[in-house]
Amino acid sequence: MLYLCTMVPFDVLRVRQDFPILQETVHGKPLIYFDNGASSQKPQQVIDRINHYYAKEHSNVHRGVHHLSAKATEVYEAARKTVADFVGATHEEIVFTKGTTDAINTIAFSFGETLKPGDEILITGMEHHSNIVPWQMLCERKRCNLKVLPVLENGTLDLSEIDRFLTEKTKLFSFVHVSNTLGTVNPAKELISKAHAMGAKVLLDAAQSIQHMPINVQELDCDFLAFSGHKVFAPTGIGVLYGKKDLMESLPPYQGGGDMIEYVTFEKTTYNSMPLKFEAGTPNISGVIALGEALNYLNSLDLQGAFQHEEALGKYLRSHMREIPKVRFIGEAPETCSTLSFLVDDLHPFDLGTLLDQQGVAVRTGHHCTQPLMQQFNIPGTVRASLAFYNTHEEIDRFITALNRSIQLLS
Amino acid sequence: MSKSINELQDEVIEEFALFDDWMEKYEYIIDLGKDLPLIEEAKKTEDRLIHGCQSRVWVEAEVLDDRMCFTADSEAIITKGIISLLIRVLSNQTPENIVKSELYFIGEIGLQEHLSPTRANGLVGMINRLKSEALKQLAK
Ligand SMILES: Cc1ncc(COP(=O)(O)O)c(C=O)c1O
Repeated sequence: MLYLCTMVPFDVLRVRQDFPILQETVHGKPLIYFDNGASSQKPQQVIDRINHYYAKEHSNVHRGVHHLSAKATEVYEAARKTVADFVGATHEEIVFTKGTTDAINTIAFSFGETLKPGDEILITGMEHHSNIVPWQMLCERKRCNLKVLPVLENGTLDLSEIDRFLTEKTKLFSFVHVSNTLGTVNPAKELISKAHAMGAKVLLDAAQSIQHMPINVQELDCDFLAFSGHKVFAPTGIGVLYGKKDLMESLPPYQGGGDMIEYVTFEKTTYNSMPLKFEAGTPNISGVIALGEALNYLNSLDLQGAFQHEEALGKYLRSHMREIPKVRFIGEAPETCSTLSFLVDDLHPFDLGTLLDQQGVAVRTGHHCTQPLMQQFNIPGTVRASLAFYNTHEEIDRFITALNRSIQLLS
Repeated sequence: MSKSINELQDEVIEEFALFDDWMEKYEYIIDLGKDLPLIEEAKKTEDRLIHGCQSRVWVEAEVLDDRMCFTADSEAIITKGIISLLIRVLSNQTPENIVKSELYFIGEIGLQEHLSPTRANGLVGMINRLKSEALKQLAK
């Protein structure tokens, strides 16, 4: 990491000052933001960076000879380098997308073009809709088959079944690193090497892991990796697709347009090389730069300390939740991050969420875009508290009090 | 003479004016939810389901002596409480008056945050359904 020299030990109260929205009140009460799984909040540094870009640096990238265009291109490409360093990739392997969904769709379309009827795509039973539907659409288009590795009652993958699901027919295994609903941390490295042994490529959905743990694509050895900027303290509308360079060079482009070409005639077009080959059209320049700034911000923190704090919060939350009668956790994997889905007795998640909101607590309720998982557990949805490193033990105490009061009102 | 929609709205507003804090208000809504006359299990069919709500909500409309009569149910008790308020204001009214009605009481009692079409509880969906059932009667 680049900024170690200026690093001070992680101090949550100091870090909270960096996030203006955390000082807000909701219904007259201090905001307790426990919906980080849906989207994280932004540090002032990122907000300022967007302003600075538009005030001082804006122009289109990769095009002009003039000063501003060169400047915009320079900061845009510097952000790509920052992202690459953050995940252990090279800058040519980083494609900017709209988000995780867009990144997965890019691979479903591009890699999908290489598939033949009867080929198989493997996903798991705990995938977000964005890692289900693009593959269903692909399978329909290419007459391929979608296989689903089952999830056990405790919210872990049924690894005893892996050899039955991962076969020579499997061309791609696309799975979630950390479940947004269950909080389960999947054994990514082990699964990736198993897939490779069968000759399958792997896409890792890192939407819920990039903000909670160090990610290194070389160590993981995934072929593709996807995440969203907005869940890692950057703006919405920007995301990342990492792909191994040689593999990405060999794939057909996804969308056609400006920037992704080398030479165009009406008869034939040759394509640009990685990464621009996958970035058709004027990109989300301010989003890219702000994403780079969000990662700069993380690099300036004692990230290890931040992750340890978050882990402690997760344990604290789970242990205090266990003391509440009739609370049932949805997802009891031994390896979890600081995301907890739960139900209380037969109370509807919507009722609990509404009453928590009245007390300033932001949680998510519903199916969390994992309807098949809800069907498996035979529940309408859950209440989900998902934490970030800027949350505190005191907020958890206040959340528990608010939850107890909500339960009392509803019973 | 039964009360008009606006008289009923004003009644609800008066009741809610008595509450000092959010807890009393929601306690009341929850109690209303518990008292809501339910529709039969067999009538909880797809065509009675209101889409766009995070908890499922079913509405049944009937006509008695030219007046609309609504019953409803939901899996969530707060949703039931809110729809019970809607039903109290709109039941036993003529289809014409229901279609014309302007439901100002929701804002007045501080439930406007439930009104945003993007909120998961679908209060807007419930209002639209009650009005469209009335509209269907008018069209007959
Ligand atoms: C595990 C997982 N995958 C994919 C996504 C989709 O991300 P986005 O909507 O930012 O494209 C999410 C977002 O909720 C997620 O949690």
